[in-house]
Amino acid sequence: MYTFSNRLKTFSIILMVLGLLGVGYGFMSSHKSLDEVKTMLAEEASHHGGGHSEEASHTVDDSHDTQVVEASHSGEAHGEDAHHGDAHAEHVMHQIHNRPYAALYVAAFFFMMIALGVLAFYAIQIASQAGWSPVLFRVMEGITAYLLPGALIVVAVAIFAGDHLFVWMNPDMVNPESDHYDALVAGKSAWLNKTGFVIRALVFIGGWSLYRYFARKFSIAQDTAKDNKNFKKSFRIAAGFLVFFIYTESMMSWDWIMSVDPHWFSTLFGWYVFASMFVSGITVIALITLYLKSKGQLEFVNENHLHDVAKFMFAFSIFWTYLWFSQFMLIWYSNIPEEVTYFVTRFADYKLPFLGMVVMNFVFPILMLMNADYKRIPWFVVMTGLVILFGHYIDIFNMIMPATVGDRWFIGIPEISSILLFAGLFIFIVFTALSKAPLLVKRYPFRKESEEFHY
Amino acid sequence: MEASKVIHAIYTDDDVLMSAVKTVKADRHHIEEIYTPFPVHGLDKAMGLEPTRIAITAFMYGLVGLTVAIVMMNFIMIEDWPQNIGGKPSFSYIENMPAFVPIMFELTVFFAAHLMVITFYLRSRMWPFKKAENPDPRTTDDHFLMEIAVHGNEKELQSLLKETGAVEINLVDKAH
Repeated sequence: MYTFSNRLKTFSIILMVLGLLGVGYGFMSSHKSLDEVKTMLAEEASHHGGGHSEEASHTVDDSHDTQVVEASHSGEAHGEDAHHGDAHAEHVMHQIHNRPYAALYVAAFFFMMIALGVLAFYAIQIASQAGWSPVLFRVMEGITAYLLPGALIVVAVAIFAGDHLFVWMNPDMVNPESDHYDALVAGKSAWLNKTGFVIRALVFIGGWSLYRYFARKFSIAQDTAKDNKNFKKSFRIAAGFLVFFIYTESMMSWDWIMSVDPHWFSTLFGWYVFASMFVSGITVIALITLYLKSKGQLEFVNENHLHDVAKFMFAFSIFWTYLWFSQFMLIWYSNIPEEVTYFVTRFADYKLPFLGMVVMNFVFPILMLMNADYKRIPWFVVMTGLVILFGHYIDIFNMIMPATVGDRWFIGIPEISSILLFAGLFIFIVFTALSKAPLLVKRYPFRKESEEFHY
Repeated sequence: MEASKVIHAIYTDDDVLMSAVKTVKADRHHIEEIYTPFPVHGLDKAMGLEPTRIAITAFMYGLVGLTVAIVMMNFIMIEDWPQNIGGKPSFSYIENMPAFVPIMFELTVFFAAHLMVITFYLRSRMWPFKKAENPDPRTTDDHFLMEIAVHGNEKELQSLLKETGAVEINLVDKAH
């Protein structure tokens, strides 16, 4: 049995407290009034040089024309010079207000998706009757303990943020009488409405958590069972869950991520989000396994298991890149205005994170993990894993931020504290769950094969 | 130096062969070659063969393929005749790069795969109309053959091999 060490517990609580303080600070410092924003913009413009200021504000604004956020302000004002300054300042004010919500949401989603990715990986291992991974099952079960609280937090943040994140949650956008009426969003209101959002979210979370609950239950029951009845049950529900998962994961990605840009759509988006969560999940399995092994808790895990996990990290980093590039290249190639704005804003305002994540999620892992020997060296896998995790945080950042804060993005106190907050919570919940059951499955039929696994 | 006389010890089971290899190695005899009908897992380790470097060559061939693709597309599409084709930006390589990625990828794989296979053929001396170097046709079906050089120690070797479970031990003169 593993005991959650007091040092790690204190560490996770410190992370949560620090994160909470920072998140609170983020919310307090973002309440800027319109006048404050105007002064700020005037100051920024003066940095560019006086005569240039009018042009500067124009160019900044032009890039926003393509953004969805713009739709929540009066569209006509952009054309009229008299109102131009006001509309722009209001637009920027909204972006500044959105920032702490978006920062919180990105971090909440990032840690939730790790747990969900691990759950999918776990189900695949059981359904495919993998012979190498049963020694890691308890680690995976521990990580998936974060799924239920984590997913509920994501939905809570989404509802709490409301139209700060999801412009379609603003009732004015579907009201034909309003200045903010948006015909495109109104046309999608059969899917994109708050009631539907909550119901779907509860169905997704309910389904995932039910699978997680029963998989864990059968896994524990199999430890003391006399026959393989529990193993067979866990096999059956894993197969069923995978079917449920691939549908709900896809819909979840439309609801929770794609709908921050309600004018934009992409068909492979669900797969793309899946690739991101899957590779992050596998990376976290590797990191937690190595941590527990360094504490002497997993003596039955050897470098061959590490090699296999690292191969998955490597392969799914490439899979992620494949989907990222397929989505980007198809849209870049055809250059249809209604689709391409998505990447235009990302290229205009997010060049470093947008291209940086390709380096972190593709170039770095492909070079680091290609060599078979390197995949067996713990510090190598840890180092690459941390880069991959950070890269996938940036990936989620790039999905949410351009639609909510536009070019007002920065990885500062709100973002970092949100990461700390959820990292602390994640560590706390995962390691508490790990200490609830022995770290090795006992009567699992493939246990022996897994313990003697050799590559 | 290749000995003119060799012993061919024939086995019918890969497990017996594996333990025989270990015994022969432990007794410090040089194993010239082993002929098996299928890959025996761990045989190379038991024989003390060095790991293959063919993956490293494949990586380098892949880099060559990538370079060929980049240089070729850059010359054709950007430098030689930068036409406007459907509004694609042909001002610099990087601006039109996404359109070249499928070719870059395929040529990387093509070079890595084909050149690695050719390297394998060259290093293992395999080509059409090559004369088969098979000392005993049964080794392609269900027998395993270990070839050990003899330096005037036939008696000692023969008794050692008999102990390891060889079903047949032949002294072969290779000089003829």
